[in-house]
Amino acid sequence: MSQLSVQHLLGIKHLKVADIDLIFNTANHFKEVINRPIKKVPSLRDITIANLFFENSTRTKLSFELAEKRLSADIINFSASQSSVKKGETLIDTANNILSMKVDIIVMRHPNVGACDFLSKHVKAKIINAGDGTHEHPTQALLDSYSIREKLGTVKGKKIVIIGDILHSRVALSNIYALKLQGAEVKVCGPKTLIPKYIESLGVGIEYNLKKALDWCDVANVLRVQNERMEINYFPSTREYSQLFGINKKILDSLDKKIVIMHPGPINRGVEITSDVADADQSIILNQVENGVAIRMAVIYLLAQQITQ
Amino acid sequence: MSKKTLLNSKEIHIILHRLACQLIENHNNFEKTVLIGIQPRGIYLAERLVSILQNDYNISKVELGQLDITFYRDDFRRREEPLEANKTHINFIIEDKNVVFIDDVLYSGRSIRAALTAIQSFGRPANIELLVLIDRRFSRHLPIQPDYTGRQVDVINKEKVTVHWKENDIKDAVIIKN
Repeated sequence: MSQLSVQHLLGIKHLKVADIDLIFNTANHFKEVINRPIKKVPSLRDITIANLFFENSTRTKLSFELAEKRLSADIINFSASQSSVKKGETLIDTANNILSMKVDIIVMRHPNVGACDFLSKHVKAKIINAGDGTHEHPTQALLDSYSIREKLGTVKGKKIVIIGDILHSRVALSNIYALKLQGAEVKVCGPKTLIPKYIESLGVGIEYNLKKALDWCDVANVLRVQNERMEINYFPSTREYSQLFGINKKILDSLDKKIVIMHPGPINRGVEITSDVADADQSIILNQVENGVAIRMAVIYLLAQQITQ
Repeated sequence: MSKKTLLNSKEIHIILHRLACQLIENHNNFEKTVLIGIQPRGIYLAERLVSILQNDYNISKVELGQLDITFYRDDFRRREEPLEANKTHINFIIEDKNVVFIDDVLYSGRSIRAALTAIQSFGRPANIELLVLIDRRFSRHLPIQPDYTGRQVDVINKEKVTVHWKENDIKDAVIIKN
């Protein structure tokens, strides 16, 4: 297969295993490209991409921008805080106004669940979801799986535990879909209040004890506590959270194996992960960032390929 | 559909040895020269030439790389079938080197145009030459000509020239189909 089965990248839920393989194979080539002295290819020189960020982002926005520039696309950036959204413009109006300027692809982050699905039904452009509320963050899940494949050779049959704020995490949901699709075993671990009620229906296990979860897994994907999405207190204190669910060197040393540590960023050092663990050689946090650019180049390239002249 | 064999394995053997000798004539011991096989089909010819140079003509070291041009093509989004990329593998410096591009068939010249752009990402070579096994004359879209040619052929546009290598097509042969 050399073509994606989907028209937009709205979520991992819509992808097939073959799509993931195609994205990873393409990303392999782009990873080689971004390690050359000149890190740029001219493929998308006649494509224009709009990055619509209705929610704050550093890593994802930079990573998408860099991926687009490496492919020679023209780009326009938009962030909600400096725009007419503040003046009451609707999402479709904003998007259609931008499309009138002849844009081919929209990369969008939005605080509302389903915003990208909605947009894909109403505007004529390829949509790439860069995170919609607590729903999905497909490119993050792809780069996470790609990094696991790179480190361990395969995702199939590996045991992965996702630790932390599962309730508010789009990274967790997209990762669960992606990992299950590729045949991994997945468990989630965190305070009871931050584990969604029906999460087991996705075929994942639940573990409330961090030590047991780490003993079981090959890879621990540690998530940030999303204080900005919490209207009520889900746990008594940050200190208690880090004592019960924080990853530190002591607990890793107590395991009889060396597990791989991942984190989608931004890290709250000392809360969900200590500095010595984040910077240890078993942590692949910075590889994840590098792979993010290659994965996003692959997704954009493969979707752009479907745009007819 | 009719098939015609243009070159059989014995003729290809002789041509490969001649091309190897011509390369030696211009590049001596290959100290300042690197060979680049163009993906996907040029790499077999390149590998074959390197093995002849090393085994039959005692050239001790020949640098060989593989260059994929997919992301540099000028027909992205203009084809019916999507393009699939191949591996690029160049683990040496090309700055100030003599680069020889190696491909199986030279037709419109567009692949070589893409390769000329692609190689710039790796540095500035002293010069670039082109070696092809088959040169389809009078079919160029661009002002590109080979420096070393295995065989020149005149075939009409709808005919297809394919080079088979024993590594993956049982035996060496150049076939014309229409």
